[in-house]
Amino acid sequence: MSWFQRTGKGIQTPTELKREAPDGLWHLCPECKQVMHTREHKQNAYTCIHCNYHDKIGSEAYFQVLFDDGAYKELDADMFSADPLEFVDTKAYPSRIKQTQEKTGLKDACRTAEGKINGINITISCMDFSFIGGSMGSVVGEKIARGMDNSLKKKIPFLMISKSGGARMMEAGYSLMQMAKTSAKIARLDQAKIPYISLLTDPTTGGVTASFAMLGDFNIAEPGSLIGFAGPRVIKETIGKELPKGFQTAEFILEHGFLDFIVDRKDLKDKLSSLLKILKK
Amino acid sequence: MRTLLEFEKPIAELEAKLEDMKKLAQDNNVDVSSAVRNLSKSIEQLRNETFDNLTRWQRVQLSRHPDRPYTLDYIELMCDEFHELHGDRGVRDDPAIIGGLANIGGLSVMVIGQQKGRKTKQRQHRNFGMANPEGYRKALRLMKMAEKFDIPVVTLIDTPGAFPGLEAEERGQGEAIARNIKEMMVLKVPVICVVIGEGASGGALGLGIGDRVLMLENSWYSVISPENCSTILWRSWDFKEQAAEALKLTAIDMKSFGLVDGIIPEPKGGAHLNFEEMAATLKKTILQEIKILSKMKADQRVDARIDKFCQMGVVNS
Ligand SMILES: [Zn+2]
Repeated sequence: MSWFQRTGKGIQTPTELKREAPDGLWHLCPECKQVMHTREHKQNAYTCIHCNYHDKIGSEAYFQVLFDDGAYKELDADMFSADPLEFVDTKAYPSRIKQTQEKTGLKDACRTAEGKINGINITISCMDFSFIGGSMGSVVGEKIARGMDNSLKKKIPFLMISKSGGARMMEAGYSLMQMAKTSAKIARLDQAKIPYISLLTDPTTGGVTASFAMLGDFNIAEPGSLIGFAGPRVIKETIGKELPKGFQTAEFILEHGFLDFIVDRKDLKDKLSSLLKILKK
Repeated sequence: MRTLLEFEKPIAELEAKLEDMKKLAQDNNVDVSSAVRNLSKSIEQLRNETFDNLTRWQRVQLSRHPDRPYTLDYIELMCDEFHELHGDRGVRDDPAIIGGLANIGGLSVMVIGQQKGRKTKQRQHRNFGMANPEGYRKALRLMKMAEKFDIPVVTLIDTPGAFPGLEAEERGQGEAIARNIKEMMVLKVPVICVVIGEGASGGALGLGIGDRVLMLENSWYSVISPENCSTILWRSWDFKEQAAEALKLTAIDMKSFGLVDGIIPEPKGGAHLNFEEMAATLKKTILQEIKILSKMKADQRVDARIDKFCQMGVVNS
């Protein structure tokens, strides 16, 4: 066994593993290739202590970073995907789901939870990129919608953490309409004056960008995240040229006026609670 | 010159034969009426057989038929008056989306739709119906104007997708579409959306939130085109027919899932064979729907619209 836990860039190590890694394991930063103690990395909100690279983490890690004492109540934890189109490509959709569930220990690409951040009650929906690229089908759309319902019912803020390649093809028309459904619920949040914060993380593209991720009262992002509607490959093919350096990074999106600010993950919790306190007056 | 799809060819051949027969009879002054009748019947039969059994891919092909009516054709045929309104007031006018105030059968309507070009130059000018963010923002500006003056909105959807370009990203393609979706959700006037050709993904949905979302019989509406789906899932362009089947993207499919509200029938053989008939059907449908929707109070309509979209999706829990 190697003496450090390798976390390949772009590949997500199941958070369960990360969380329960015994002391003595080391984390290798995929960006600067330097090593740090896994516990140190975790205490640093899964960012590199050397170069500040923000590791791609899943819902459980975000919940641990954000909720007071890591305590939360998960909503709709058992919801899982149906197969309304009986979709088959090179594999049948239900078997793809099942395999992914076994591999990741997740039910689908989004988890919703209620808890406190610095004492403020909040609902958080967080996407898991490890589950079919964080793609949005009916489960993701429904969990987000119900999460927003929870905020509406309890009059508490809603935080969406996006990390997605876009809509899930295997649910075709249903996937597309999740963009409409989630946006409809945001209209309800507006009516009820419930704060909605959208955190865009690496990567956030496609139908997620073209719906709830861009509709926050505050659109915020983690540094260096890839954010866009079309993916870089598609744009490159369209224009037949190399893309400029830094194109579609969070910093680029901020500069072009679509983000309120970029936030270091280590500061996220305090920043959020400060903002929400000001809104409450 | 008509463009013929593969499955239109056998019908066109018989039609040509019929024309020849008629001409021959006329030139030689002979009575071929029974032969003409028989051949006409065969043509009718073949047409029915072909068009009653269209595959999903064939419908996709019809939706993109180069002779198919586009937004401006419908505007010309349906509207007694149309005043095109340009620009998003921010960046520029996007020719891929047309919008303006219209008089349709005595009713004031704001008509907005994607526009494809018919010849090479026009196609480029219209960017193949692929809008940039400023196109969606122009559409929203016009919808807000319609709301101010209490005029119903009709959108005609026909796009292979929102434009995936460099500047489109710089100017926030995702944000523009997202904003339209949310704002259309709460627009206080009646909104009717009709997919007249291609309804590809977010680019279509950016004009697609309405009290009534309808599809022409041979249009398609889904999260991705069959070709792109094939490329991603099968890693080859060649599985587009299977992808079309798997995506279940036709009007019949989408209606059966409750993801659209209705299907507007096309003339037998497709909308391109009879622009006037198609436009008349569309006009009648739009006027009927506006009449029904106008009876509701604005708040009721918005609530019903939001609730409709909130119910879409199938999960196990
Ligand atoms: Zn590092």
